[in-house]
Amino acid sequence: MTPSVAERAKPMVNAELAKSFGLNAEEYGKVLEIMGRTPSLTELGIFSVMWSEHCSYKSSRVWLRELPTKAPWVIHGPGENAGVIDIGEGLAAIFKMESHNHPSFIEPYQGAATGVGGILRDVFTMGARPIANLNALRFGDPALPVTKRVVDGVVRGIGGYGNCVGVPTVGGEVNFHPAYNGNPLVNAMTVGIAAQDKIFLSAAAGIGNPVVYVGSKTGRDGIHGATMASTEFDANSAEKRPTVQVGDPFTEKLLIEACLELMQTDAIVAIQDMGAAGLTSSSVEMAGKGGVGIELVLDDVPQRETGMSAYEMMLSESQERMLLVLKPERAEMARAIIEKWDLDYAIIGHITDTGRIIVKHRGVVEADIPLAPLSDAAPLYRRPTVATPKPAPLGRVDTSAPLGEALLTLIACPDLCSRRWIFDQYDSTVGGQTVKRPAQADAAIVRLEGSKRALAMTTDCTPRYCVADPEAGGAQAIAEAWRNITATGARPLAVTDNMNFGNPEKPEIMGQFAAAISGMAAACKALDFPVVSGNVSLYNETEGRGILPTPAIGAVGVIEDAALAMGIALKPDTDLVLIGATAGHLGRSLYLREICGQEAGAPPPVDLAAERANGDFVRARILAGEVAACHDVSDGGLLVAIAEMALAGETGATLAAQGDAAFWFGEDQARYVLAVSDATALIAAANAAGIHAELIGHARADKKLTLPGGIAISLTQLATAHESFFPNWFAA
Amino acid sequence: MKAGILLFPGINRERDMILAVRQSFGHEPQIIWHKETALPASLDLVIIPGGFSFGDYLRCGAMAAQSPIMAAVRAHAARGGYVLGVCNGFQILTESGLLPGALLRNAGLRFLSMDTLLRVERNDTVFTSHFAAGAVFRAPMAHGDGNYTADSATLDRLEGEGLVAFRYHDANRNGSARDIAGIYSDNRRILGLMPHPEDLVDPLMGGTDGKPIFDSLAAA
Repeated sequence: MTPSVAERAKPMVNAELAKSFGLNAEEYGKVLEIMGRTPSLTELGIFSVMWSEHCSYKSSRVWLRELPTKAPWVIHGPGENAGVIDIGEGLAAIFKMESHNHPSFIEPYQGAATGVGGILRDVFTMGARPIANLNALRFGDPALPVTKRVVDGVVRGIGGYGNCVGVPTVGGEVNFHPAYNGNPLVNAMTVGIAAQDKIFLSAAAGIGNPVVYVGSKTGRDGIHGATMASTEFDANSAEKRPTVQVGDPFTEKLLIEACLELMQTDAIVAIQDMGAAGLTSSSVEMAGKGGVGIELVLDDVPQRETGMSAYEMMLSESQERMLLVLKPERAEMARAIIEKWDLDYAIIGHITDTGRIIVKHRGVVEADIPLAPLSDAAPLYRRPTVATPKPAPLGRVDTSAPLGEALLTLIACPDLCSRRWIFDQYDSTVGGQTVKRPAQADAAIVRLEGSKRALAMTTDCTPRYCVADPEAGGAQAIAEAWRNITATGARPLAVTDNMNFGNPEKPEIMGQFAAAISGMAAACKALDFPVVSGNVSLYNETEGRGILPTPAIGAVGVIEDAALAMGIALKPDTDLVLIGATAGHLGRSLYLREICGQEAGAPPPVDLAAERANGDFVRARILAGEVAACHDVSDGGLLVAIAEMALAGETGATLAAQGDAAFWFGEDQARYVLAVSDATALIAAANAAGIHAELIGHARADKKLTLPGGIAISLTQLATAHESFFPNWFAA
Repeated sequence: MKAGILLFPGINRERDMILAVRQSFGHEPQIIWHKETALPASLDLVIIPGGFSFGDYLRCGAMAAQSPIMAAVRAHAARGGYVLGVCNGFQILTESGLLPGALLRNAGLRFLSMDTLLRVERNDTVFTSHFAAGAVFRAPMAHGDGNYTADSATLDRLEGEGLVAFRYHDANRNGSARDIAGIYSDNRRILGLMPHPEDLVDPLMGGTDGKPIFDSLAAA
């Protein structure tokens, strides 16, 4: 038989081609064993993406198993498109955080935008209406021009997508560090709400049921994106630009509405978004989870370009597409709903009992792979680890800088300054349910429409702690997320984790990963804070230099009465009380870095028992209506926390407590500042519960912060310092 | 007052608008799909909410202005019916020719999402009767294209004939001509404005500054 033109243009499938697809010799050997023959190009493509780090979690799975994932309120833990928890009133919160790091460096706007689009789909594919977006961003040295370009593109991309789909972007965090030069982190989180009896899963069922393609047409964009995300960067990374997808938030909005409308019917058997590795991963996962087979006829796939090959269609990562298995008798009704929203609808195959994925195109079987070994025989590595050496103890620190000057320097620095310039570009109010907007509280508060109940949501991680001691850093990230939810009065429920690390083939990187997991697991257990979903992003290295280990945590809590949700804005005529003990820990603090020019010492120890006790105490006081403002003490320490409260409330304070720089700027954990009308009663209650509490000052309507010793800084001066960095940076 | 809310693909603030209308009017607004060719009988008020109709990939509102339902909205307006367009709704009204002028990219070329203060230019219209004279109220903005512009003769006429509804009071962040945030049609029965009063009608969300607009309409 004479090969067609397309056949002749296909490269020869061999170990060398497999290597260029990211499969090593051993992995390619397994492919040959499973297939019993040389795979076709399309088959090799399917194996390579399914076995990529991004899709298979081959380096991380053995460690992720250590994380606690269960609690009475967990409905679906890891393994589904997103985690699902019971939030009362028959409702479920469905949420996940996911990285789009590699694409966001190559093409910041589209990388970040499609990151938002992808995580939205993971959530609404389960039947949830998305009610909030958050993010966790890490950028390189602000002194580099490329950093400014990346920040600008990422912020515009997140806003461009989120604003258009009409999901409020309500929270996030941003750090800068030279370790992220060339490898920024863009982690996007979506939280949605569904009725507990209307949750949709991806396991296909029903032999003969139609497999339906819904959404945008398929193009040649993003081919091998998942493989790109599974390798390091080098000087030629810009050449990978064509692997980045282009987002269309308008189509996503239509897809959300169409899917949610279809989900009101009984038409759907299974549904899965086409994310990384597109049609390949969605069809393989749906059939694999259901223990059935699937046959696809690619001629029927809606296509944006002409002449696409089976390989290209199976590997395309075109955005805004979903794959559904429908009840056959509901297929025409479903078509009417999808087409009402002007979206493509096509039956592209059916469910079989073969246990195989069979892909046909132009009358030729382009792929025929047994599904069980494709997932079961996927590589799984317990890669060698080397423990991170314990940091040398911090030597003597020069704490001679005057308190007021140190405060003004700290609250102006890129890691502590106001994020207003960023969140002013994100629509945070659409939906009409945003109770606490960005910077108003330690966690964003969004009410559930038609209920008094609200969700509290936050993202947290302190990478400068993680690099010094990944185990303590992992525990701290969980503890800080728990604390931020607690400080609003909400009950912390569960976590999604986004593990961003370097090259797992390096034992020291794998050691960071293992230790971070261990710290996270301990904290999750102590705080009853299970991990219900997550994402792993490895190979975050450029030119062989890894990022700071960054286990970013997204967390969700619930507060029964949204009217009780607490903010950080200080109120006049209240006492400021510090809850939690202060040892004055300056190791890895921002004071040490910004004022003393050192990144040294151990990070603050995390006392999980104290976290639990102090947090439970604070939450009870808030819900009892005894608290006027509450802020956790984290980056920058106590004085920074008080300054942030004063600025948010446009209310001054006179500080009475005596202490050195370590007292005012140490980053000891498990602490909160509460503004209350009756400090004596609060301190007595704390002491009775065995919790350290001390009066540190009094809030006044005088619009200045008066430091111990009598030096006063006007709130105007503080605000100018706090608000200047981003506007000045982008004005330059 | 019987209200209906138009739904174009890409509109995303219809839920906020439904909440505001429900609260002040005491009944549910009707939802009207863009492919309809007629408005429900005896409808008094057509509301066009915010969002990104048709993705706003062309000029904002330009596609929606060509939708089948807009012919019925023009006829409704010609009969002296009430129309409220907020944000993308305002853009759709200018693109439809129901209000003069146009909304350009924000002067700083960035999306703007923050509260702004608006000054009520007159409190004798169906939209503003529940405001005190000269009232200043807070409203969230959320737009990339809110920079109101028109030729100077049109601006002079709007000001001279009392057709300016609201002006930015604290800061003119988007560069709008003469600080204009919202305008009326000649008969003052059509109002378009960029900020979102519908997102500030509940103390829990930070205040009820936007509620008088809906209370005014409900009382009309």
